[in-house]
Amino acid sequence: MEVAAFYGFSALAILAALFILFSKNLIYGAFALLLAFLGIAALFVLAGADFLGVAQIMIYVGGILVLLMFGIMLTQRAIQQEGPSRHNRVEVPITRKVWGFVIGIGIVGVLAKIIFSANFRMSGDAVSRKSTIKTIGVELMTSHLLPFEIAAILLLVALIGAAYLALNRNPAQ
Amino acid sequence: MISDFGYILLFIISGLVLLGVMLLVAKFLRPDNPNEEKLSTYESGEDPMGNAQIQFNIRFYIVALIFVLFEVELLFLFPWAVVFGNEELIAQTNGAWGWFAMAEMTVFIGILILGLAYAWAKGYLDWVRPKQQIPEIKSPVPADMYKQVNDRYGSK
Repeated sequence: MEVAAFYGFSALAILAALFILFSKNLIYGAFALLLAFLGIAALFVLAGADFLGVAQIMIYVGGILVLLMFGIMLTQRAIQQEGPSRHNRVEVPITRKVWGFVIGIGIVGVLAKIIFSANFRMSGDAVSRKSTIKTIGVELMTSHLLPFEIAAILLLVALIGAAYLALNRNPAQ
Repeated sequence: MISDFGYILLFIISGLVLLGVMLLVAKFLRPDNPNEEKLSTYESGEDPMGNAQIQFNIRFYIVALIFVLFEVELLFLFPWAVVFGNEELIAQTNGAWGWFAMAEMTVFIGILILGLAYAWAKGYLDWVRPKQQIPEIKSPVPADMYKQVNDRYGSK
């Protein structure tokens, strides 16, 4: 049962990721990213990290994906003469394509190194069914109190910085 | 034994199955004779023109950014809320645990409220309204003459 769920959600995440890769339409890609995030959240849950799975759904699906959609909507150039069937292609200069390719290959290399150096255990202890949220709560309030408050400062800095940067300072508009 | 997340999965699956069954049954029952008018996108009676993906106001983006940051804050509240009123922990520390957790979370939220206050005070949350265009009429007739006419005939 769990094996079937694992392979099902893995297939969902991988197929959605492949769709993002080959889709020419940015909006379709963003919606496929939703499915990929959901599949990964389910994989987190299956791995026993329930809090991480819920965090994935809340932040990535509920927040960052919405931001991404806004980014797509905001950066789209106003080309009105083409019909509604037009693809939302991203047109970038060739140098950026080269740099993107190099960085992508680099990230794949780093991830592959991590995966091959990781010591996966295919069998052994069963994942405990206990929820991790209580442990996280106690740890946050006791041994990880300082990182917890530093996270608040970090969020404050991010909030102020993001609001400052996102403000439209263009006097023409 | 089904875990809690198993229940969620069952709910998702049953939702999808129910939706599929309803749509399928409706497909067999309903009459099906489409024409061009019926198939066009409904847009308040207007003919749809152009792409549906339009540019949004940048203000939505700032609100969405602030929303994401407060959502991350909310995520920290969940594990805290589970252990905050835990009777075992309170009994172990003679009641200090609850006050301690409360104070820590107050500090945490207080720091973030500073950010909200900053964004509010700086006007990042203000919605920019387009300027109203008041029509200007250059009439040779002075305004008080209109008023006299209105006074004379308005009461009838």
